[in-house]
Amino acid sequence: MAFVSGLIYLLVYLYAGGSNSVFYGGLIGALVYVLISYYSGSKMALAVNQAKEIQKKDNPRLYRIVENLAITEGLPTPKVYIMDDPAPNAFATGRDPRHSAVCVTTGLLDIMDDKELQGVMAHELGHIKNYDVRVSMIAFALTVVISLLADIMLRLTFFSDRDNNNNQAALILGLIAAVLAPLVATFIQLAISRRREYLADATGALATRYPEGLASALEKIGKAGSAIKHQNSSTAHLFFANPLKKGMIAGLFSTHPPIEDRVARLRQMGNHA
Amino acid sequence: MTIAIIVIVAIVLIGIVVAVMYNSLVTLNQQSSEAFSDIKVQLKRRYDLIPNLVSAVKGYAKHESTVFKEVTEAREKALGATGVAETAKSDGDFQKTMKSLFAVAEAYPDLKASENFQKLQDELTDTEDKIQAARRFYNGVVRDFNTKRTTFPTNILAGSLGFKEDKEFYAVDESEAKAIEKPVDVKF
Repeated sequence: MAFVSGLIYLLVYLYAGGSNSVFYGGLIGALVYVLISYYSGSKMALAVNQAKEIQKKDNPRLYRIVENLAITEGLPTPKVYIMDDPAPNAFATGRDPRHSAVCVTTGLLDIMDDKELQGVMAHELGHIKNYDVRVSMIAFALTVVISLLADIMLRLTFFSDRDNNNNQAALILGLIAAVLAPLVATFIQLAISRRREYLADATGALATRYPEGLASALEKIGKAGSAIKHQNSSTAHLFFANPLKKGMIAGLFSTHPPIEDRVARLRQMGNHA
Repeated sequence: MTIAIIVIVAIVLIGIVVAVMYNSLVTLNQQSSEAFSDIKVQLKRRYDLIPNLVSAVKGYAKHESTVFKEVTEAREKALGATGVAETAKSDGDFQKTMKSLFAVAEAYPDLKASENFQKLQDELTDTEDKIQAARRFYNGVVRDFNTKRTTFPTNILAGSLGFKEDKEFYAVDESEAKAIEKPVDVKF
């Protein structure tokens, strides 16, 4: 997402040759992109991962689990998709519960038993219930806006303070802040993403009344590895567990909290009753 | 002059607060009505499956007429139930008759092996899961409503706004109901 938006910005910049209209061009480009991905984002996410929609008769086990969980949460039943990949993983997309979809890998269906599959799907429905796609869209849009504002500030400081030596320090600080702002905004966006993962875990545990199902599903995924064949960072944050290979991102850059932490929190929930 | 403004602002703020409280109680109230309707929808699904199930068992065990009579009567009663308490009670009573019916089926291995019966059992299990899901959702909404009604600050005004009592949970006596949980349970 960030990459394509940056690309749009870069193209507009190069085309317009560096005048002020660039910023408006970049801003409009990025916001248009955000609007497009907001309204058709779920179709894109599903297409990118080559997901196929299923009906109840195609896979009654999965469909019934999703349907019953939707009734428990008071949501309309989302569309159900399956993607062909040996790694166990799942994601949910959709800007609101009425236009939502969940997708699971064939690997997940093979490895999990019913209680664990229920836990995973409850987590995904939790994302839908908490409007997490909307949250991450807004977070991303803010990142873009902050980046552009930082850029504008940068140029303003260049043009207005060349003749005033007293403001050298302020200029340097301003430069550092302007350069760091987009980076910090991205960190915050990722931190939000991790927080929402914990929230979806909790919502899922509440729906199933059985946090152990989700916890043991996470453990199985931790052992099996959740990296899928089709590496695509733009939809990474939507997945249940980190779909990117270990080397690509870690720690601060991760869209998902570490699995051990998630398991620990879930097991603790059971103990508090 | 300024005192008048302060008083007006205070009244408007209080008005907003009361409106918010009232709306949240009304919303939860409506949601709980809808949730209860959902329970009834799922229950109806279950009761619609019963005639087929009874005739499938009758095909193998014609003489067990008491059980069939009990099932049919419990079903009639449950279909006619209104209100949360009555529906929950008839739900529990019906599940007890189901236990007897499946106990009868245990004695006829041909029946249990028949595709028709297994399919019905499968559907019934899914329907029971859906009923449980609907009950959970309903109880969740009722919990939220009761909590909102009795916690500060909404509890001060809840009575005067017309919400004088807590709603009741949909509670079914499930000690006897385990019969339908596991469909194909072959014991030797």
